[in-house]
Amino acid sequence: MHHPFKCFASVLAAALLLAGAPVRAELQIEITEGVDTALPIAVVPFGWQGAGSGPPLDAAGIVAADLARSGRFAPLDRKDMLQKPTTPAEVKFEDWRRQGSEVLVIGRVLQPAPDQYEIQFQVFDVLRGEQLLGYRQPATAADFRRSSHRVADLIYEKLTGVRGVFSTRIAYVTVVRAPGQAQGKIKSSYRLVVADADGENPRVMVESPEPIMSPAWSPDGRRIAYVSFEARRSEIYVQDLRTGTRKRVSARPGVNGAPAWSPDGQKLAVSLSRPDGNLDIYTLDTNTQVLTRLTNGSAIDTEPVWALDGQQIYYTSDATGGPQVYRVPAEGGAARRVTFEGSYNARPRMAPDGKQLAVVHNDRGNYRIAVVDLARATTQVLSDGRLDESPSFAPNGEMLIYATREGTRGVLATVSANGRIKQRISALEGDVREPAWSPFPPAN
Amino acid sequence: MKNLKTLAALLVVTLVTACAGPSKSTVDEGAAGTTQDGGASSAGVTDGGMGQGGDLSGGMAGGSALGGPGASQENRIIYFDLDRFDIKPEYNAILQAHAKYLSGNPAAKVRLEGHGDERGSREYNIGLGEKRAQSVRNVLLLQGAVSDQIATVSFGEERPAVIGSDEEAWSLNRRVEIVYGQ
Repeated sequence: MHHPFKCFASVLAAALLLAGAPVRAELQIEITEGVDTALPIAVVPFGWQGAGSGPPLDAAGIVAADLARSGRFAPLDRKDMLQKPTTPAEVKFEDWRRQGSEVLVIGRVLQPAPDQYEIQFQVFDVLRGEQLLGYRQPATAADFRRSSHRVADLIYEKLTGVRGVFSTRIAYVTVVRAPGQAQGKIKSSYRLVVADADGENPRVMVESPEPIMSPAWSPDGRRIAYVSFEARRSEIYVQDLRTGTRKRVSARPGVNGAPAWSPDGQKLAVSLSRPDGNLDIYTLDTNTQVLTRLTNGSAIDTEPVWALDGQQIYYTSDATGGPQVYRVPAEGGAARRVTFEGSYNARPRMAPDGKQLAVVHNDRGNYRIAVVDLARATTQVLSDGRLDESPSFAPNGEMLIYATREGTRGVLATVSANGRIKQRISALEGDVREPAWSPFPPAN
Repeated sequence: MKNLKTLAALLVVTLVTACAGPSKSTVDEGAAGTTQDGGASSAGVTDGGMGQGGDLSGGMAGGSALGGPGASQENRIIYFDLDRFDIKPEYNAILQAHAKYLSGNPAAKVRLEGHGDERGSREYNIGLGEKRAQSVRNVLLLQGAVSDQIATVSFGEERPAVIGSDEEAWSLNRRVEIVYGQ
């Protein structure tokens, strides 16, 4: 069934603050559970070979913090370093061996032109005294932080065999509630924020006194689809991250919810309650506005997510009572149930390898993040909260980020895919929820 | 500056219409805000209100209406069980009164705002809120209201009436609010 709909022009409501307004860092990250086997590594402060007082940022400090946050590395404290070599010729492996560091990172920041930098670095196997990696990472003042994360990505990949995610980003929603003028009325401020994966560099993409929900990254990482209630009803928007401009793509009667991008970035799978009040899964071509209905019936069908090949769509349905995950061919066809373990499995998110789904799972009365292996149909609970929700895989599949509670506050947490490394990420003010991990940035 | 004024105006509208409503502290004072909701939309509703619909209050003391825009806050909220959207029999009289008001006042309009508690996933809770609003809508239609008079919206768990993570807060958040004048 196809329904052409005309394209809605975007209208900027006066109450909305749009586009990437920078705000001060509002997330704090702490490792709550690590592994005993974290690899001892020394990241020596990088030398400076440019004009002026020094590089824009402490690249080595950013690299060490990234590696520490992964839970897989234990960087040596700078004040415990016996020497601070910046070139291979200065390195005395004996000293680093004695201190127990197994890997050594040294580097220099060069300045070939006024706003042009180059981060040169080497990674050494201390025990063997061998160079593992040598690399020159270009940078500008504006992207120096991103370039430093990229250095950490390269080191992480060399040492673990897995691509690093330090230069990726995270979208999330913050809510600050304040008592309104009338006593007891709750006045809220909802913000959609995009920050670097380490919580730095947060930018408010949209702000509204009405709820904002369900941010979803486009596969190219350039746009975010989300649900906004700014018109006092749900509508789906797509916003360009760089320019801040946005387009309203669905404002049909009833629910407009749960946008999910197709792998080619051309379509959104959505949940709509038109025309009969039942929530059903549709695909929406964002260019042509062609709408294709995939499910039909009285069940709540929502929270779609695409298989990697774009051929199937997984979604939540309560067709058999409680919510369970089903899948349906993206061009239409018969739906099949996917999850069977437990009374509540909702909001599936696809792992980057396409072999697992992260879900919200009811674990003995607690709502927790679980991973369902699609081939073996097994369910592994990864989180230990009471009200955990909104899981999202890191693009390398090694970690998931999700929303949880700390007391009554909404905070974010990450857990490694094997459940062993955990972090808590809290906002300085208010609740933070609905994290969505970006795809990898385009290779440079 | 113009933007600021618009913003201020919108905030005022939000404060008046937002059904941040029936938290424990607002159940009592919330009626004032709701009267404005009903009154703001159309004089006809207010004029016709008590005469045609307000006398259905049955057992309510002090002339408080069971249905229509004059209904007290507690008679404009339908509560639901966990993961359920069927209407409990105790709400039959209230819904009957609202339906009767609507059928007697064809110009009156009502907006049914469905909500869920905070447990589980957010979009699924949007679904539950919508189902709850649809359940109320169906009862009102069966009892004489006309489809054009009723709009539904689901806020899922996004607009809790009560902030809290216990059974009592959850039970107060699983609700449909009947808002007149949309």
